[in-house]
Order: sequence, then structure tokens, then C-alpha cells
Amino acid sequence: MSWRDTSLWTWHVIAGLVILILLGLHMGVMHLSAVLHLSGLNPADVDNPLDWRNVAFRAKQVFFMISYVVLLGAGLFHGLYGLRNILLELGPGPGARRAIGSLLLAVGVVLFVIGTWAAVVARTTALAG
Amino acid sequence: MAENARDVRTVCFRIRRFDPAGDKAPYDQDFDVPVPAGMVVLEGLWYIKEHLDGTLAWRSSCRMGVCGSCGMLVNGRPMLACNTQVRDVADDLLLVAPLPNFGIVRDLVPDLMPMFETHRTLLPFIQRDDRTEVLEPTDQYWQSPDQLLEYLQFSFCIKCGCCMAACPTVATDPVYSGPQPLAQAYRYLIDSRDGGFAARREALAGAAGPWRCHYAGECSNVCPKGVDPARAIQLMKRQLVLDYLKLGKMRSRTPAPLLGSDKRKGRRDGIPEAPPFTIESAK
Repeated sequence: MSWRDTSLWTWHVIAGLVILILLGLHMGVMHLSAVLHLSGLNPADVDNPLDWRNVAFRAKQVFFMISYVVLLGAGLFHGLYGLRNILLELGPGPGARRAIGSLLLAVGVVLFVIGTWAAVVARTTALAG
Repeated sequence: MAENARDVRTVCFRIRRFDPAGDKAPYDQDFDVPVPAGMVVLEGLWYIKEHLDGTLAWRSSCRMGVCGSCGMLVNGRPMLACNTQVRDVADDLLLVAPLPNFGIVRDLVPDLMPMFETHRTLLPFIQRDDRTEVLEPTDQYWQSPDQLLEYLQFSFCIKCGCCMAACPTVATDPVYSGPQPLAQAYRYLIDSRDGGFAARREALAGAAGPWRCHYAGECSNVCPKGVDPARAIQLMKRQLVLDYLKLGKMRSRTPAPLLGSDKRKGRRDGIPEAPPFTIESAK
């Protein structure tokens, strides 16, 4: 029995929940910092999350590095699965369906690796300097 | 049909015609039909066949919205010709075409066989291990009114194919089973007397299952019997996901037992006895 479609759809929903939580955190930190009094996450200037000192502070935190990577993975999976569904509704044949799946998987893996590398380098750079 | 000479309106029936024996593609043909108040689309088709063109083909049987034979596209919407009054949906022009998303046998006759074949693969009947009891029942299985209500509305399906014709995913994805077979699979999946979850999961967990449905909801909008296939499909997703995550109870559910000597078997207060048999042989 093939669980593939059940599995993909289940993880699609789980990724959606992860996005909801982490994107909510991102929106809070970046856009509601002053309203929510998040001086712990924006210690240099609570009204200006984009102040370099605030950005550098967050980049040094392991929690933020991990949350960036998880959000990236969840976003990529959720978005590319949705794109796959749209493309499959164009009526491709069995070979094209497999090709679409493989191509989107490759795109997702490449973008995830690049994004993860960027998050790790950002932390390393912030810690160094 | 109410015959009132003062209240008859001429409506142009624009019928989609197609004879695979001679036509390369479907084409439209107009017929002027006198439409009194209360006339249904099916009666208009009979008028055309009897007075204007005897070669017009469609499928119908009961004429009262029960058999599901006369599903067709009326003014762009899948509906039953027998319970759609012409003057409710048209002023002077009525478009009638076969149900989309199916092949055409001829004129207004859709080829419903793919739907029935998919329906059959999803095991639309009670599955139990006690086959002897199923084939030669000695008693009834116990089921509470609440358990009945879980699947009751889905059992009203008359397999007319209107939901399949309205579904945008069926129109674009040949692998997707479609709302009719999936809703009927759920109807038996959720029946407390059924023990066939594992067998149906074989078909439903893969690409033919409910995963392509993106909840357009048109299947439920057009159902002439008020069934809600879109709801059945979403609830089925939940059951399958819970089972995939090992959180569901369907896998270990025991089908309802025979009533036997259960005290609930007795007639409840206030329910009258059945009337006596009127035919000797029926006793």
C-alpha cells in the first residue's frame, strides 16, 4: 500500500501549523515589537527591530537560527507541495507527474541548503564581530 | 403538468447533440417548446421527442428524483431534469447538455461507467469478518441513533453523477476518484457495523484518495439530494491522517455486534406496533 499521498498531505498540514507559529513569532518580533514590549528580543531599540545591533543580537541566538531553518523548511515544503498540486491539475501524463515531483524536490533541497547555510553563516559572522 | 392555455410560454431548448456513429463533435440544436407553469425539463425533452425530433436521446426512469438517471447540465449547472422546473431556471432560452467530466454515449446520455467502476473499487458495502451472518442473517446488528446519524445523509446519494460533473478536480485530474465514490466510501467507513477500514485504506491512502480535493465545495452545492460529499471527503482525510499518525481508533474498531439478548432490543415506549399483514403470504 502506498502511503505517499497521505504522508505528503499530513506533512503539508503540519508544515502549515509550523508556519503559523513561526511566522507569528516573526511578525511579533519585526512588526509588533513596541506594542508587545519585546525589549528582550530587540534590546538596542525596541521601536526599531531592523537596527543592526538588534539584528546582530538575534542572529547570535541559537533559537533564532534554528527557527529560521525550520521556518524555511516548512515554508518550502508547504509552498512546493501546493505548487505541485497546481501543476498536477494541468493534466500531465505519468512521466511528467514524476518529473514535476523530482524537479520540485530538487528545487526545495537546493533552496533549503542555501538558506540553512545563510542562517549558519549569519550567526557565525555575528558572533565573530 | 398543469395545462393552462393562458399561461404557456415558448422556451427555446438549446440541446447539445452528439451521435458518435456520425458526428465528429457535439453541436447545439434549438427546439421551441411550449412551457406551461410547473413543467419540468424532462417533460420538455419528452415533448421534443414526441413532437419535434424522435432521435433525441437521454436517460431517465423514475421521474421523481429518486433513481438518479436524468442528471444533466441545465443552464450550466448539473441537476436532475425531472425535478427542475423550466420556468425556475429559464425565461426564453434553456441550455441542456450532457454532464461534463464524463464521456458521451449519445446526445444527453453520459457514460457513467468510470464513476461506477471507481465506486466499486472503494468497497461500498458493509465489510465484516462474520461472512456467514452477513449472507444469512440471524439477527440485526446493534446501532444507536447517533451512530446512524453519522452516515445517514451520505446514504441519500442516488449516484446521478451531478457532483462529479461539478468537481473542478475531477475535470483536471484523471487519478482523483471524485466526490461520489469518496463520499460513499466514507459512508461505509463511518458505519459502526462496518469493519472494512483496512481494506478501503488500501485504495484511499494513495493518489486516488481524497488528497487532491481542495474543497471547492461545488459537489455539495449541486447535489439534488442534499448530500454533502465535500464534508465526507474532509472527514475522511481526518480519519486517514489520524490513522497515519497512529492516533486513530478506526484501525482497532470492532464492528457492532449482533443485538442478541441486548436489553436495548425491545420496542421503546410510544412507538406503535406495525400494522397487521394484508397479504397472507407476507407473514
